[in-house]
Amino acid sequence: MRKRKNIEEKFFKSLSGLTTYSLIGILLFIIAVVFYKGFNALSFEMIFKPPEGGYYYGGEGGVLNAIAGSVYIAFGATLIAVFIGIPAALFINIYLNRMKKVQNLFRYLLDALWGIPSIVYGAFGFTLMLFMGLNASLLAGIITVSILITPIVVRTFDDVLCNIPKGLIEASFALGSTKTETAFKILIKQGFSGFITALLLSFGRGIGDAASVLFTAGYTDLIPRNLDEPAATLPLAIFFQLSSPIPVVRERAYAAATVLTIIILSISLVARYISGRNTFSNIK
Amino acid sequence: MNFSRVIYNKFLSSWMRISITVIILIPFAIGIALLLKSLPIIRSDSIFNLVGSGKWAPSEGKFGFRPYILSSVYVTLFSFLFAAPVSFLSAIYLTQFARGRLIKLVYPVIDILAGIPSVIYGVWGVLVIVPFISGFVAPVFNTSSSGFTILAGGIVLAVMCIPYMLNMLLEVLKTVPTGLKEATLSLGATNWETTKHVVLRNCFSGVVSSFGLGITKAFGETLAVMMVVGNTVHISFNPLQSGYPLPALIANNYGEMLSIPLYDSALMFAALLLMTIILVINLFFRFLMYRAVNQ
Repeated sequence: MRKRKNIEEKFFKSLSGLTTYSLIGILLFIIAVVFYKGFNALSFEMIFKPPEGGYYYGGEGGVLNAIAGSVYIAFGATLIAVFIGIPAALFINIYLNRMKKVQNLFRYLLDALWGIPSIVYGAFGFTLMLFMGLNASLLAGIITVSILITPIVVRTFDDVLCNIPKGLIEASFALGSTKTETAFKILIKQGFSGFITALLLSFGRGIGDAASVLFTAGYTDLIPRNLDEPAATLPLAIFFQLSSPIPVVRERAYAAATVLTIIILSISLVARYISGRNTFSNIK
Repeated sequence: MNFSRVIYNKFLSSWMRISITVIILIPFAIGIALLLKSLPIIRSDSIFNLVGSGKWAPSEGKFGFRPYILSSVYVTLFSFLFAAPVSFLSAIYLTQFARGRLIKLVYPVIDILAGIPSVIYGVWGVLVIVPFISGFVAPVFNTSSSGFTILAGGIVLAVMCIPYMLNMLLEVLKTVPTGLKEATLSLGATNWETTKHVVLRNCFSGVVSSFGLGITKAFGETLAVMMVVGNTVHISFNPLQSGYPLPALIANNYGEMLSIPLYDSALMFAALLLMTIILVINLFFRFLMYRAVNQ
């Protein structure tokens, strides 16, 4: 009997260890494949020039239009999301402080909102855009993406805020400060790492998301100069170029994918560095 | 209190109240907008007909969503078959066996995997999974395949779902009291026996809901699947055939939807359908999850 249970233990330990290490392997594999394919086509011109004539048949140019469009959209959307999301997270933690049930109900709704796929947000953004009389433009893209990432901002910031000791809030009240003063002077300072993490996480999501801007932001070879002009985005640029029959253009899709991966990886590393200074690993 | 403090307080508190109201209203706004847009098609045909019929011919005004829904379900099923065991075993390894150093290494890995945009997974799928299926898997079964198949979609989706499921599983497994585990270990049980008889029994509903939430994530994923799944309709259960999931249908046809009557309404109905299915499953499992974590 004893032997069998030890064999079982060994078997499952090594099997589960194998799957865990394979996760690291998968990540390295994905990054290696994208980088290996992409660095061949990556050049100065790729990053710093918009497409020129005949670009999609192998002509000169780069994907600056898409990089700029993505950054504009992600930046604008993050701005809106922070403007709405941060006070909302503070509200949940200050005004609903004594109502555990309501607080949990709000978190429950926000989590469900997080689960709605981005293509649905895209379809909603499209109807909203028609309703407001907009064309496919930078503005419509920003609005759609901001709706997509606001729940992320709220929940990420809220996760940090709800770990702040209640005594701190009560001490602030006891000194006679109002609820808003406690929220904007105490909670924001104490949860600043959460604020930055929420900011970076939603920015990364905004840059990487494609399905929501597919309907709303349009696509153009020019760098947008105005809110009512259409804007190309990096994920869509990758997607369109990858479906091209011409090998040179497909190579460029890989290069653009490399650029996107580098952007996402650096955002993730910075977020990790900042939040790592204030929290500790939360397994165990 | 002096006057400016009162003004500040009023201003900031109404800002907070307005923000939270706007956010809570978003899901309802999405639901109502999509419902209004899809009313024309619901009026022209019954919902059962739309969901149950298999004929898709927009120019004749025939919209049957069954093949697309089946395709979605099928791809999701495959991704679940791959993702569930991997994330489950990894979660157990990380909570039962692993040393601190590995945990410190794996946590960022999970975060980065979760943060990689779906288009990158799509590129990876096109470069690796698709040739793998057409070159190795199809010959084993004595068929030929382009590689753009349901199976490819399932594998890519599985990789995308693993970090998501794993995160939730870790959160669930964390709630098992350490004392309970130590009591079992002190009675002479091995780590695996502890897991099997105590940990799993203790948080069974949490584990099930993590799987459920992982499924909804796979069901709504658009771009990565669309890039590898082939996007043609085949009504067969051969995973080496191409498929055409619901999100891909919406994403692929937005260009022409304003030129054919009822077409835009049909696609908005598809979006509404997708959202309803996902929201219902999501709310159900989230509820179980909350009960499991905050018991």
